[in-house]
Amino acid sequence: MTTAAEITIELNGARTAVPAGTTLAELVARTLPHARAYAVELNRAVVARREHGARTVSEGDCVEIVTLVGGG
Amino acid sequence: MTMAEGKSMEACSPHAGAFAVPPLRVGAFELKSRLVTGTGKYRDYETMQRALDASGCDAVTVAVRRERLVDAQGRSLLDFLDLARYTILPNTAGCFSADDAVRVARLGREILDSVDNPGKGWVKLEVLGDRKTLLPDPVGTLEACRELVKDGFTVLCYSSDDPIMAVRLRDAGAASVMPAGSPIGSGRGVANPANIALILELLKDKAAGGDPSYPVIVDAGVGTPSDVTLAMELGADGVLLNTGIAHAQDPVRMAHAMRLALESGYHGVRSGRIGKKLHASASSPWEGSIASIVIPGE
Repeated sequence: MTTAAEITIELNGARTAVPAGTTLAELVARTLPHARAYAVELNRAVVARREHGARTVSEGDCVEIVTLVGGG
Repeated sequence: MTMAEGKSMEACSPHAGAFAVPPLRVGAFELKSRLVTGTGKYRDYETMQRALDASGCDAVTVAVRRERLVDAQGRSLLDFLDLARYTILPNTAGCFSADDAVRVARLGREILDSVDNPGKGWVKLEVLGDRKTLLPDPVGTLEACRELVKDGFTVLCYSSDDPIMAVRLRDAGAASVMPAGSPIGSGRGVANPANIALILELLKDKAAGGDPSYPVIVDAGVGTPSDVTLAMELGADGVLLNTGIAHAQDPVRMAHAMRLALESGYHGVRSGRIGKKLHASASSPWEGSIASIVIPGE
């Protein structure tokens, strides 16, 4: 359930309630804790890492947080 | 050759210096090893690490995903991949549209930028058209290739073994066309050597409008070292493989074998092989033999 202080975003494909004012850096910390190699996409556009701390998400935003895995 | 000459040559052997395989240039990148290996499907990260070392590769492919794949000890790929040693080649595996492939390529670039790996400048582009065969979607591949080239990527483009498609991708700005030997992970080797030969002719033969320095890398389907050798003997500039090593019973030894196979094919195709003849040609002289030649029926 979403309270007044919460918004709903789509985080890595799943509807997720987060506090209003959540930053991308905070989403990274909960999604990929301790990761050093990752990238963030907000509404299909990559957001540079230096902006993660200041950039907050809004209701309905789509966020993808990805890293590297083995592949061919 | 006298014995003395033989000995002195042996002292300089094993010819490693004289017959070293030169690096391969792909756009602004230089591959010291022409064998590019994947990092997927290994039973554990330690085995992967040892196999990469045995393969001699300096460029390795990786995938971009939402989740970190962690083992029982909580360790992930990057705990076993020396970013100072390997140039990481991110792929767009699993993408079925040009749009998604472009997004994944940009995310891969951002990840590698964050760890300051030179791989941020290139991408192995895959746009798939079918889940069962993993064959590339030529239309989506071409579209994504154009977009990524425009965005400044060095695009290494996975393709089918269709010669005309290869030309179209080169014309779209792909830094390397990488035709599949056979479907990804199938182990069927170079299924259509004639098509690979035609691709090599069209892209590399001056008389056919090609450029001898344009890199063509056979990607996918390799099952065994002779597949690598065949690809190189056809005239490919390099080979990219993953499953053939990762799923071998002894991946580290197989990686070593693939490395030797690549060198073997590289030198073989440059040595001028003999023609194929119907009849035999004796290697030992007839003259001086003490044998009486008794031919049945003559």
